[in-house]
Amino acid sequence: MSNRITLKLKEDKKLLSIYFTAGYPSLNDTVQIIQDLEKNGVDMIEIGLPFSDPLADGPTIQESSTAALKNGMTTEILFNQIKDIRKSVSIPLIIMGYFNPVLQYGVEAFCKKCQEIGIDGLILPDLPLDVYQEDYEATFKKYGLINVFLITPQTSDERINQIDSASDGFIYMVSSASVTGSKSGFGQEQENYFERISAMNLKNPQIVGFGIKDEETFQQATKTAKGAIIGSAFIKHLTANGANSVAEFVKTIR
Amino acid sequence: MNYNADEKGYYGEFGGAFIPEMLYPNVEELRQNYLKLMYEDSFQKEFNQLLKDYVGRPSPLYFAKRLSEKHGCKIYLKREDLNHTGAHKVNNTIGQILMAQKLGKTRIIAETGAGQHGVATATVCALMGMECIVYMGEIDIARQAPNVARMKMLGAEVRPAKSGSRTLKDATNEAIRDWINNPVDTHYIIGSAIGPHPYPDMVTRFQSVISEEIKWQLKEKEGRENPDYVVACIGGGSNAAGTYYHFLHEAEVGIIAVEAAGKGVNSGESAATSALGKVGIIHGCKTMLMQTTDGQITEPYSISAGLDYPGVGPMHSHLFKSGRAEFYSATDDEAMAAGLELSQLEGIIPAIETGHAFAIFEHKKFKKDDVVVISLSGRGDKDLNTYIDYFKLA
Repeated sequence: MSNRITLKLKEDKKLLSIYFTAGYPSLNDTVQIIQDLEKNGVDMIEIGLPFSDPLADGPTIQESSTAALKNGMTTEILFNQIKDIRKSVSIPLIIMGYFNPVLQYGVEAFCKKCQEIGIDGLILPDLPLDVYQEDYEATFKKYGLINVFLITPQTSDERINQIDSASDGFIYMVSSASVTGSKSGFGQEQENYFERISAMNLKNPQIVGFGIKDEETFQQATKTAKGAIIGSAFIKHLTANGANSVAEFVKTIR
Repeated sequence: MNYNADEKGYYGEFGGAFIPEMLYPNVEELRQNYLKLMYEDSFQKEFNQLLKDYVGRPSPLYFAKRLSEKHGCKIYLKREDLNHTGAHKVNNTIGQILMAQKLGKTRIIAETGAGQHGVATATVCALMGMECIVYMGEIDIARQAPNVARMKMLGAEVRPAKSGSRTLKDATNEAIRDWINNPVDTHYIIGSAIGPHPYPDMVTRFQSVISEEIKWQLKEKEGRENPDYVVACIGGGSNAAGTYYHFLHEAEVGIIAVEAAGKGVNSGESAATSALGKVGIIHGCKTMLMQTTDGQITEPYSISAGLDYPGVGPMHSHLFKSGRAEFYSATDDEAMAAGLELSQLEGIIPAIETGHAFAIFEHKKFKKDDVVVISLSGRGDKDLNTYIDYFKLA
């Protein structure tokens, strides 16, 4: 069977992907949030595995991660919560987190568990390209996992091409030089960057993340890119309106 | 065995650069240039001139007669406390500000625990006329008030880190986030021998002036370059790295590290990484760090803000794992008692961080003829309030 991410990327539509922190607002909201996201037309989900020191994240995801850990979330608990997720959910599921918790679980054990559950890919921002290729690529592939790399406006063309050839799903295109949740709206600089990447004709489609918060930014981001990821704005919505308010949020995007 | 960093920044299995792609261009630029730049004649000339005329180097190697009598060995103190700004930290900030200039950066950020590195960074920024932002944990801001005031007086902005344990690790997170948000004009001056490659190696090389001087100073005093032991306290490990550097491959020199045991290694309130840590990733490098079985980084504790860090530099993890260095840990009480002893036997009030190194005599017995060089990494002025509270001096 082809990876669900690969299949989804072939669909003739702009993809809406949502990130949320597992174990937030409450420890056991995870499954309900995933199901509601799919029910309301979201195309792909990044399940955030919370980490104590999320370097690349702004205050919103940082605080939701701290709260999730305080709620008692662990790697093992997350795996238990979602062990039967494929009985009810069919869209691609990606686990996004930092490398240390994966390393402590054991990279192979982690990947194996992901395959058993039906996780399609991983995004580990602090697992660099060269370490991945030397030490872990074979393991990720053995368990059918797509590893997603990030690029930013500062990434050189040479490096982008390197990342493109190492990728076999999509490229996570960070919209601006920032941690998550910090910019409001896109300006000319982003437009130029989106165009530049689009003109590179990469083999992997790009999905834009960081700074997408509403319909307008979603439209802007997906003008050239295949899709966009919303994280902090969704978490803020959950904080204000509770875990049962998923439908409300998704409707504001499309 | 090689105890220095290899080309990719690994010390044995430790080190590397585990950074998000957002930091890649900055770190890569530094990696490609740091060795070339720092060994250019003009760089070395300027660096050495500033160390001499501005910092006041060489720092004395002082034979501590009364302390030696008390502990039955020959104790020499490497007086980094006499440097401008009061600690070894300035050796590195001088080097890195010159590096930042060569790279065309105009804005400097730093993290600080005890405030010594923050002050040393604010100082060199004032010297070079560069914008300076220092991240410091909220708790450390409260317990190191004099250093906060010094940084402000030097023209730096001190930004509180309000997340997590609100100490050094969180200040480091905030500084890294700032760097992600400001990738073009900003250089991040890391204060310890931690972080992604090339930081541990670069900081170590700038601090290595400490052991370089010890060698010729000891030759003058004892007729030999190599002591029997070098001793330093370790948080992230920059003074230790500088103190050990030129002795790493001198097999007859024993290397001793003293970590902060806080209220006791097994008290749950400790920062003794070698005893409590496991291999993991923190702040961009693979090293020993204190963490839960689930890989969440735990909150350390030490009475000294400068040692209150859950990891240790990758070089030190390798020295520990390979058995090249002996690791000990000293409790708050032992460090405070050692600080008091040094004050009253030698007339030198050390930083509480440094007090940990002097607590070695609680843990190890030296022979009468042993020449033991201790890194007196910082002076205790900044800690007076803690000393006053602890010893009820007021």
